[in-house]
Amino acid sequence: MTEASQTAAPAQTSRLDRVGIVVAAIAILGMDWQSFATLKPNRLISGQGLSLGASLPTLWAAIGIGFLSIATIVAVLRTGAWLRLAVGIGSLLVLAVLIGIVPATVVPPENTFARVSPASGFWLMAFAFAVMTTDAVAKLQLGPLARIAMLLGAAVAVAVILGSGHWDGLSILKEYATNSQKFWREGAKHIELALGSLAAAIVIGLPLGIACHRNATLRGITLPVLNVIQTVPSMAMYGLMIVPLGLLAAWSPLAASLGIRGIGTAPALIALFLYSLLPVVANTVVGLGEVRRSVVEAAEGMGMTKFQRLFQVELPLALPVILTGIRIVLVQNIGLVTIAALIGGGGFGTFVFQGIGQAATDLVLLGAVPTIALAFTAAILLDAAIELSERRRL
Amino acid sequence: MIELENVSRRFGDQVAVDDVSFTVERGTITVIVGTSGSGKSTTLRMINRLIEPSSGTIRIDGKDTASVSGEELRRGIGYVIQGNGLFPHWTVARNIATVPTLLGWDSSKIARRVDELLSLFSMKPEDFAKKFPHQLSGGEQQRVGVARALAAEPGLLLMDEPFGALDPIIRAKAQEDLLAVQRRLGITVVLVTHDMEEAIHLGHKIAVMDGGKLLQYAPPAEILAKPAHGFVEKLVNGVDRPFRLLSLAPVSSIVEPGTAEGPPIAATATLRDALSELLWHQREALPVAGPDGALVGRISLASLRAHAGVPA
Repeated sequence: MTEASQTAAPAQTSRLDRVGIVVAAIAILGMDWQSFATLKPNRLISGQGLSLGASLPTLWAAIGIGFLSIATIVAVLRTGAWLRLAVGIGSLLVLAVLIGIVPATVVPPENTFARVSPASGFWLMAFAFAVMTTDAVAKLQLGPLARIAMLLGAAVAVAVILGSGHWDGLSILKEYATNSQKFWREGAKHIELALGSLAAAIVIGLPLGIACHRNATLRGITLPVLNVIQTVPSMAMYGLMIVPLGLLAAWSPLAASLGIRGIGTAPALIALFLYSLLPVVANTVVGLGEVRRSVVEAAEGMGMTKFQRLFQVELPLALPVILTGIRIVLVQNIGLVTIAALIGGGGFGTFVFQGIGQAATDLVLLGAVPTIALAFTAAILLDAAIELSERRRL
Repeated sequence: MIELENVSRRFGDQVAVDDVSFTVERGTITVIVGTSGSGKSTTLRMINRLIEPSSGTIRIDGKDTASVSGEELRRGIGYVIQGNGLFPHWTVARNIATVPTLLGWDSSKIARRVDELLSLFSMKPEDFAKKFPHQLSGGEQQRVGVARALAAEPGLLLMDEPFGALDPIIRAKAQEDLLAVQRRLGITVVLVTHDMEEAIHLGHKIAVMDGGKLLQYAPPAEILAKPAHGFVEKLVNGVDRPFRLLSLAPVSSIVEPGTAEGPPIAATATLRDALSELLWHQREALPVAGPDGALVGRISLASLRAHAGVPA
């Protein structure tokens, strides 16, 4: 009796995929109740939403609705992970192709002011099928190298579509066209700020973490201080940097000649560096603390010097935990750099704040989308590195 | 030869080791036995200066250990700890190669040495060299730990509760392995344990410690027959003493002329084995056979009885 009822219960739910139900609900909401694209007479005036059917030629609309509907059914049903992966990626590609066709369909060629941008329906569907894809990747339990390969594939796909000019009619790329030089300059600045502050945090934080591991008194002072720094809101932190650095520049010609001023790159770097310290130091302390006592004692008993012990045994064994700290810092910094634009630090945030100022959503997106892509890429790469470093550690 | 002369170690106000002196002969196994907090591990670690003595002198082959750097000293002394302490991110081969690598041996010599040691501990190099520690059983990990300690051919091996984490059957095997390797290489071993049975089984000499003091330092037979008053007596009373005493001597030591009925006993067997055979076959005496199988005499219950206890 009990056995029968136990086996009956899963059998009822086994036809439907739990994640798939959510994916399908979001996809249907996006397809049927939200507009697919927005058409604006010019870049500042708010526009009018177009449904999937209204924004595409009949044939394309039929193909699109047909494919995405089948994909939704595949999502709901309990199907193999490889099929779900293929359908998820396929749906994202179909969406990418469809949105590129919209501008030529709804805007007469002689009208250069009108703007077409993806609307909530597009974003909802893109989100739904992205969830389906990542869920399938998780179910397949792909190794770190396979995940990096998938990331590379996605990057190539986006590059090919961008290079083909298929998306050139979309408003975000029109914003890019007028800002292309500035885009790459700010992009380089963004990466420079995120990586520069991370590098500084590693150079200072790693030795500090090692010292804290060995000295309980130092640890008792350092970690609480870094914790407090971490709780200062980023806007306030940037603001706090302005006065002391401004005074320093006024007082010391050397500092001024090095480009240290109350606003700009210097305060941004210092603020990001301070935020980066806690995860690096704390994870170094935890990672070294987790190395088994017997292993450390054996290294010492074999006649390793302190340095040999640290570099051959302790740091390699603590590496996965330290890398986790670095992952936190990098993803966090890529986001925080956006706000540094407020004090003239540069980076993709420049477009975000400029866009907010002009009420130009497309310009905001030009700053936000690459920031998200960068953070996502950093997360995948470092997760893969952490997993590779963990393989031999048991 | 290791000489400890009035060695003490204090941690703050606490005296962990209190004025300990003893000498370990070259090529023997000495077991330091005691409860936790007796100072036995501290004493062992002062020999390779993982812990520096607060006072006193330790000499190895006549040379003061304080005259060289700690690292240099330790590279010349094998060291095995409980739970083996293998480096989890290195292969078995690289683990064994630790000290030779630190000493700067060339790689072909290291590779030969690793193969040699794995074979010595009956592990096929082609099966084990590339494995990681977590892929080995507890017994295999323990053997690799000992192989690693012996890699640079040290004359002295220090072992801190080396068999503590093993289950009884693997533990007995590991003890036999150690005895065989020690006899074969002729090295000096100092081993720390809390287990009196292990001490009696392995040690040529036993040092009993309690509260940081050395209470008695003597061969196992003497510890069993004439334990020092107090702590040592209490420790030894827990063991079935007559059988332990019998297990320390071979049949050849008390063989008497004459002959007896029944299956012969090898002259190399222990007196304990002989007692077991006599009781099992319900006889007063059994014949004794030499290494070539020829009968060399007899062994009797009466002579065993005389050896199994303290003379009144």
